[in-house]
Amino acid sequence: MNMASLASTLPMMLVGMLGIFLVIGVIILAVYLLNRLTAKKDDKE
Amino acid sequence: MDVLQTFAGLFANFGNLTWQMVVMWAIGGLLVYLGIVKKMEPSLLLPMGFGAILVNLPLSGAITQGDTEGPITALFEAGMSNELFPLLLFIGIGAMIDFGPLLEKPWLMLFGAAAQFGIFFTLAVAGLFFDLPDAASIAIIGAADGPTAIFVANTLGSKYLGAIMVAAYSYMALVPIVQPPVIRLCTTKKERMIRMPYRKGNVTQTTKILFPIVVTVLAGLVAPASVALVGFLMFGNLIRECGVLNSLSETAQNVLANLITIVLGLTVAGQMTADKFVKPDTLLILALGLVAFVFDTAGGVLFAKLLNLFLPEGKKLNPMIGAAGISAFPMSGRVVNQMGLAEDNQNFLLMYSISVNVSGQIASVIAGGLILTLMGM
Repeated sequence: MNMASLASTLPMMLVGMLGIFLVIGVIILAVYLLNRLTAKKDDKE
Repeated sequence: MDVLQTFAGLFANFGNLTWQMVVMWAIGGLLVYLGIVKKMEPSLLLPMGFGAILVNLPLSGAITQGDTEGPITALFEAGMSNELFPLLLFIGIGAMIDFGPLLEKPWLMLFGAAAQFGIFFTLAVAGLFFDLPDAASIAIIGAADGPTAIFVANTLGSKYLGAIMVAAYSYMALVPIVQPPVIRLCTTKKERMIRMPYRKGNVTQTTKILFPIVVTVLAGLVAPASVALVGFLMFGNLIRECGVLNSLSETAQNVLANLITIVLGLTVAGQMTADKFVKPDTLLILALGLVAFVFDTAGGVLFAKLLNLFLPEGKKLNPMIGAAGISAFPMSGRVVNQMGLAEDNQNFLLMYSISVNVSGQIASVIAGGLILTLMGM
């Protein structure tokens, strides 16, 4: 068993999970923004 | 005498048969059985099972032997070593997905992110036994997404592609067996009975059209390695949603996806030769794949429970919907809905669980891209 690998894989786990929440978070904000912008446009129409 | 020798020569190939090949026939037969009788992912397990038998015949002409190139090896070179087949399949999958319900409630995407925990947890565990590229390739089984697993394992040059594929598709088919015990272990009966009334929201067609473009740009900026995966998936979805390419959308959903699926299974089977597959490592990979699915499920459920700590009474979430954040679509969403109905026959979670399940498709692709980025690809 290569316990030394944890020194590189545990930080990857942390960065990976933070990264995925970050990207998904930005996508969620973008969708809210899209919903808001396009809804206004449709109302005007 | 010459006639006898010639006749005996017809059976000379029997001498090249090894017990490992026979084991692979049994494994191939098992995959065909599971596909046909148990209806577990038959479109992939059947070609893989048959292909496993085909390539494990002594001196099989289906794969390259010496200077003579075999068709399955040629298929691998043409469509797998450059990741073309999984990417083309993604166009079809993108065209099949309706992101509408998810776009009504975008916050549900958080569960898709949380349910990728199994990938990164398995990376840490697999790193104890395998070198980093193979550990990352094995961890991606937790994406519960065949094309992403193929893409990542291939890009990282893993020698365990066959075992990874078998594990990924088998566990996707086994979601109704794997997930319920984990969900029960992480939740109380009271939590499983939480009702979540569904109110339909509004999503404009413009949002549906812009969504695949925005996701591609955002995911590509953060994880450039994922841009091919995300881009092909979203291109398929754009074809579906644009409203002017219905014929292309139908072709992508049916003809393209079916054609790629046929050759994909056979091509993956080309990596299931006895010398690569009949090893203790294969059993370890299957075990690690299970770890990935279990921790994906637990990650999604526990994240929902975490959110519940901050939500007022009456607004609490049924934590089971978090489990649907894995990409195995639509099985995982259905499993969660059935578990909700089993606890309370008026507790309909389907709209939430399927939306979370769809978000898992996006999150798993992004997770695959992040793994590649973290590996320096």
